[in-house]
Amino acid sequence: MSTHVSLEPPRTGNPGRSQRYRSRKGPGKVTRGNFELYSWLFMRASGVLLVFLVLGHLFIMMVTDGGVEKIGFAFVAGRWASPWWQFWDLMQLWLAMIHGTNGMRTVINDYADKDRTRAILKGLLYTAAVLTVALGTLVIFTFDPSIKG
Amino acid sequence: MASGAQGAKGTLYRGREGMWSWVAQRVTGVLLFFFLFAHVLDTALVRVSPHTYNQVIGTYKNPVVNLLEVGLVGAVMFHAFNGLRIIAIDFWSKGPKYQRQLLWVVVGLWAVLMLGFLEPMMQHTFHEWFGW
Repeated sequence: MSTHVSLEPPRTGNPGRSQRYRSRKGPGKVTRGNFELYSWLFMRASGVLLVFLVLGHLFIMMVTDGGVEKIGFAFVAGRWASPWWQFWDLMQLWLAMIHGTNGMRTVINDYADKDRTRAILKGLLYTAAVLTVALGTLVIFTFDPSIKG
Repeated sequence: MASGAQGAKGTLYRGREGMWSWVAQRVTGVLLFFFLFAHVLDTALVRVSPHTYNQVIGTYKNPVVNLLEVGLVGAVMFHAFNGLRIIAIDFWSKGPKYQRQLLWVVVGLWAVLMLGFLEPMMQHTFHEWFGW
């Protein structure tokens, strides 16, 4: 049995091929340079770092010392008293958010067929990502262990 | 495209380990993205007040959310180990040849660690449910 399948090039592009696509399409068309190559490379590089950062985070938070039962304001204050864990969480936040946002970009490109739908979804995605990274960064840097309430 | 090349085993890679690991990587990735978004928001409550933060974190301390947390750890570990497998396929000259075996390494490592982490992660729930 054979099924007819029409194949389109992926909208996220192909790492390292962007130049070729561009030259095929001719001047004035999509000129994204090597963006998809760097995106592909970033997913791998940040992925390796995140394996250590996130698995370490989960191990400390959810496995050791009674699991999540220990977590509360005092626990957070204790950890962020150390620049090491502040830096750890900052790296985790930025790398995971960029890695996740880039992954979501690929998913949107793959499944949202209409140009307008893709534009709206990606607009929402990037807005949410920027706000989340900004909020998280602000919280790490302005954390006040003696806040009232 | 004809699917006769490999008969019942599927086409080039459709429906086999390569496709299912790709699907699982996507699904876990999307779930983790939404979780991360929520997690930054709940942690931001430490800037509101200790009381507010503890109150919200307190709603997580029950068996149902505890099971969801085990699911979260499962999703993270699969995404992490399968991600390393993808890197091996991309950069290790023998990676593509052993991609299927690598998936079983991923699944095996995942299962062993999940089993090992289950008791420490669910201590409180086990205590509540079974009095352990």
